[in-house]
Amino acid sequence: MSAALELTGVRVEMEGRPILDEVTLAIHRGEVVGLVGANGSGKTTFLRAALGLAALAGGEARLGGSLVGRLSPARRAALVGYLPQERRIGWSLPAWRIAALGAPNAPPAQARAIALTALGKVGMEAHAERGVLAMSGGERARVLLARLLATGAPFLVADEPDAGLDPDAQRLIMELLRGAAEEGRAVLVTLHDLTLAAACDRLAVLNAGSLAALGPPAEALSPAILRSAFGLEGCLLPTPAGLVLAAARVMDGRRDRL
Amino acid sequence: MIILSLILTLALVAAVAVGETGLTGPQYVQALRDPGSGAGEILWAIRAPRAVAAALVGAALGLAGAVLQGLLRNPLADPAVLGVSAISALGAALVIAAGLAGVAWAIEAAALVGALGAGAVLVLLAARFEAPETLILFGVSLSALGGAATALIFNLSPSPIAAGEVLSWLLGSVANRDFGDAAAFLAPAALGAGLCAWSARGLRMLTLGQETAALSGLPMARLRAAAVAGAALLTGAAVSMAGVIGFVGLAAPHLTRGLVRDDPAATLAPSALAGAILLVLADLAARVIPTEQELKLGVVTALFGAPLFALVAWRAGRSWRA
Repeated sequence: MSAALELTGVRVEMEGRPILDEVTLAIHRGEVVGLVGANGSGKTTFLRAALGLAALAGGEARLGGSLVGRLSPARRAALVGYLPQERRIGWSLPAWRIAALGAPNAPPAQARAIALTALGKVGMEAHAERGVLAMSGGERARVLLARLLATGAPFLVADEPDAGLDPDAQRLIMELLRGAAEEGRAVLVTLHDLTLAAACDRLAVLNAGSLAALGPPAEALSPAILRSAFGLEGCLLPTPAGLVLAAARVMDGRRDRL
Repeated sequence: MIILSLILTLALVAAVAVGETGLTGPQYVQALRDPGSGAGEILWAIRAPRAVAAALVGAALGLAGAVLQGLLRNPLADPAVLGVSAISALGAALVIAAGLAGVAWAIEAAALVGALGAGAVLVLLAARFEAPETLILFGVSLSALGGAATALIFNLSPSPIAAGEVLSWLLGSVANRDFGDAAAFLAPAALGAGLCAWSARGLRMLTLGQETAALSGLPMARLRAAAVAGAALLTGAAVSMAGVIGFVGLAAPHLTRGLVRDDPAATLAPSALAGAILLVLADLAARVIPTEQELKLGVVTALFGAPLFALVAWRAGRSWRA
C-alpha cells in the first residue's frame, strides 16, 4: 500500500529564500508522527506542502501515492483531513453540526449519524446539541477533533492540537489521535510540548527548514538535537509516565531567533 | 418556516385591506366580488401589486443579507457593505440625471446593470483574495465610490428637479408598482436565489474558517463566487424595483438566526421570509402614517428598524464574543 504521505526532496521558497529544504519523509497508516521544531523552523510550511497549499520549488509531495498538486479538492479531502490550530468558529452551531462538516457530501441523516459517532469517540455525545461558542476551550477542541475524525480520511493532519489546553485535555487529544492511528489511519501532528511529542511513534525534527532528525522520540530528541534545534541543554528521561523532557535553556546562541 | 409564512400572509392581507382610503364593509365585499369596481381597483390594482412588490424586495434583501453574513462570517454584513447597492443606485441616478427617466425600464435596467457590474468586480476579487476582511474592504471602497459619484451627480445637476428625482428614488419606495414590475424583477432575483441556495453548504463550511473550508473537499471557489453573484443579482433586482432600502438585509438574518441555531445555511429561507414581512409592514406603515407627503420606504425601515435592531443586537451580543 502506498504511504499516506510521501515527501521527496521537497523544497519551498519564499522570496527566493528556502523555507523548507530537501525534506524527505514518508508517513504510513497506523503510526503517529510528531513534527517538532522551534518557531520559524518550517513546521507550518511543512504542513502546507503536505496538504498541497504551498507551491513546491523542488521535489514532490504525494498523498496516497498521487501527486498532491494534481488532486481535485474532493479527491484530496478523501485522502487527508486537516485540523487547524485556529479554533475560532464563525457561528454558534450545535456541536453535531460542526462535527457533521467532516462529511459535507453525505445525506443529512447519514451526516448526523457520522457526527454523533465521532462526538462519541471524543466523549462529547452528551453535548451534541450545545452551541460550540458556549463551550470551554477544551470542549470546543474536542468537537473540532470530532469533525476531523468524521472526515473518514486515512491520513489526519493536526496543527498544534494541544495549544491553549490544560494538561489533561492535551493528553486526551493525544490519546484520541493515537486511537485514530490504531484504527489504521496515519496521523501527523505538530507539537511544541516535547514531553507530549515523546508519546508519538516517530518524531520529525525541523531545524531552519531542514529535517534534523527522524526516528523514535528517544533517538530524535537526543541531547545533540535538543541543543542544536531547540537551544536546550538536557535529555528525555524514562519515567513510569513515559519519556519526560528534562532540560534547561542554553544561554548563548539561540535567543536571537525569538 | 410555517409560522413565518403565516405571518407574511397576514401581513399581505393587512397591506391589501388597510390603506389611506377607508373602505366600508360592503365596499370590501364589493371589491372581492367585482375587482373592476372602484373599491376593487384600490385593493387589486393599487394596494396588492404594491404589497407584492414590497414582499419580493424584502425577500431578496433578506436572502442577500443572510448569504453575505454567512460568506463574510460577519454579522454586520448586508447588501450595502459590498457596495452593490451603491453602484446600483449610481446606475439609476445616472439615467435620471441624463433625463432618461421617462424611457420605459431605463432606470430599472441601469440599476440592474450597476449591480451586476459591482457583482462581477466582487466575484473576481473574491477569487483572488480569500480573506473575508479583504472583500469587505473592497466593498467599502466600492460603496464609497458609488456614494461619491452619486453625490457628484447632485453637485453638478443643473436642475433641482432632477436632483430631487434622484434623491426621491434613492430613498426607496414601492409606490405605483404594478405586476409587470414584479415580473421583471423575478428573472434576476430567481437566478440570484438559486445561486444563493446552491452556495448554502459552502456557507456552513466557512463557519470553520477559510483554510478548513478549502481542504473540506467542497468546490469552495465556485461556491464563494455563487454566493457573491447571487447576492449581487438579488440586490440589483431589489434596487431596480424599489431604490435603496437599507437595514432589511442587515436585520432579517438576525431576526431568524436564533430559530435555526445560528446555522448560516438554514437561515437563508427564513431570512428571506422575515425580510418580506419587514418590508410589507414597513410599506403599510409608510402608507397609513398620516403625513403631508407619503413617507419613503427606506426612511421607514431605518426609523423603525434601527431601534428594533439595536434590541436584537443587545440580546445576541453575548454569542458573538468568544
